[in-house]
Amino acid sequence: MLLDPFLEFAFMRRALVGCLALSLAAPPLGVFLVLRRLSLIGDALGHAILPGVALGATVGGLSLVAMSTGGIVAGLAIVLAAGLATRGTGIREDASLAGFYLVALAAGVVIVSAGGSGVDLLDLLFGAALGVDDGALLFMAVTTTVTLLALAIMWRPLVTETFDPGFLRHAGGGGALWHLGFLGLVVLNLVAAFHALGTLMAVGLMMLPATGARFWAASVGGQVAASVAAAVVASFCGLLVSFHADLPTGPAIILAAGVIWATGLVAGPQGSLLRRLVRRPHLAG
Amino acid sequence: MRRPLVRSPAIRLADVTVTYDRRPAVHHVSGAFAAGSLTAIVGPNGAGKTSLLRALTGAQRLDAGTLDRGGLAASDIAYLPQQAVLDRSFPISCGEVVMMGHWRRTGPFRGMGEAQRGEATQALDAVGLGGFGARQIASLSAGQFQRVLFARMMLEDAPVIVLDEPFNAIDARTTADLLRLVARWHGEGRSVIAVLHDHDLVRAHFPQTLLLARELIAWGPTEAVLTPANGLRARMMAEGWDEDSGTCAQAA
Repeated sequence: MLLDPFLEFAFMRRALVGCLALSLAAPPLGVFLVLRRLSLIGDALGHAILPGVALGATVGGLSLVAMSTGGIVAGLAIVLAAGLATRGTGIREDASLAGFYLVALAAGVVIVSAGGSGVDLLDLLFGAALGVDDGALLFMAVTTTVTLLALAIMWRPLVTETFDPGFLRHAGGGGALWHLGFLGLVVLNLVAAFHALGTLMAVGLMMLPATGARFWAASVGGQVAASVAAAVVASFCGLLVSFHADLPTGPAIILAAGVIWATGLVAGPQGSLLRRLVRRPHLAG
Repeated sequence: MRRPLVRSPAIRLADVTVTYDRRPAVHHVSGAFAAGSLTAIVGPNGAGKTSLLRALTGAQRLDAGTLDRGGLAASDIAYLPQQAVLDRSFPISCGEVVMMGHWRRTGPFRGMGEAQRGEATQALDAVGLGGFGARQIASLSAGQFQRVLFARMMLEDAPVIVLDEPFNAIDARTTADLLRLVARWHGEGRSVIAVLHDHDLVRAHFPQTLLLARELIAWGPTEAVLTPANGLRARMMAEGWDEDSGTCAQAA
């Protein structure tokens, strides 16, 4: 009964598999973005890939390869440029990223509206989960595999660098390299996600489960697990609701993630509103 | 006399100058930290103490002069910067923070097993935090957190240890415990260099002192350095600067 739409319609199955793949890889990256106090960088990068996608579509047509390549190149270029600007001048990384992504966003809109590339701006921003084809599905699966492997490999340096960047830099751990590699993964996931969810909503599946994770778990590993669980449930529920209520899929999934986030905020076991408001008698020692 | 367990080289400074935007923060400082010495760096605020430490640990480029670490790489020196830059709400346990001290031996990928976990537990015991391995750092007081960072330094096992105001906002008992650890490192033959403000504490625990006021005021046995005359000279150093200052004549 609950699974009926997925059993009956192939496009629902594709959308589900694609979103589940994204749910495995993107939220862990979001957890690290939150811990690195870069919560809004996902947004910035989501906008930053827009001109790349638009340029890719203008040059190579409406193909997955052209648009994805454009998006990845643009995203990586902006990450690198912002990183270099930060290192060269000492301005904060979020400030330089903000500068670059605003320029990129404006450039993207100009390209989309002037280029006549046939790209629908609404599709770019909000995605088309029900139009996910084999190529896009494969791209998402590959991205998830690469991301999970990379995270497993760089877990120790990434946690160390996030907690105490000065220590790692001083001990000769190559801080900047891990940081850039990590941001590269973020770009890759945003590009993979934009096919299903659009550039705006892709950030939602990365950040909403991640910001909510701190209400459910007290360790980095626990927060990663909690964020993945939240994203999986949100994908499933969001697709079902969008099917039955005839709502756009991307926003439905993000709204579902929002409901889970709000639940954690109000009633999660770690530092939620409820934990603060409900006074329990203090311990003896 | 017992042979030292750790061989630490002398660190020699010749005309070391550190500048920010051409203004000298450390100006023509020369001298040497003897092998296995225990030295306090004192001086007023803005005297360049932290800049000198950053130069020692390779975090700050020298504008002039040379710094000979006696064959040590800058990364071989364990360095504890001033507090407050770390996010104490980070979801990580005391044990995990201490285990970071293994980094120079394990790097990013090599495995950590029972032996390494055991060393971390011992280090936590040694700083008076036995049984805190699984505790999240968010629940620690400032003093307990400083103890955790000292435990991490123990695992770093470095021949030279550099501490920047390690006892700021730390209570007397914790300071005493951590000073015992510093004395133990000194006894093992390591060189320890610490920026401190409390002159009584320096007199009681640090045989060598370097008094800095951008320029070197005095460097030697603590009693000879911490004299009223030297203190006055250090205080005379203006914290501001001359807007129309010309280039330094000593700059070759």
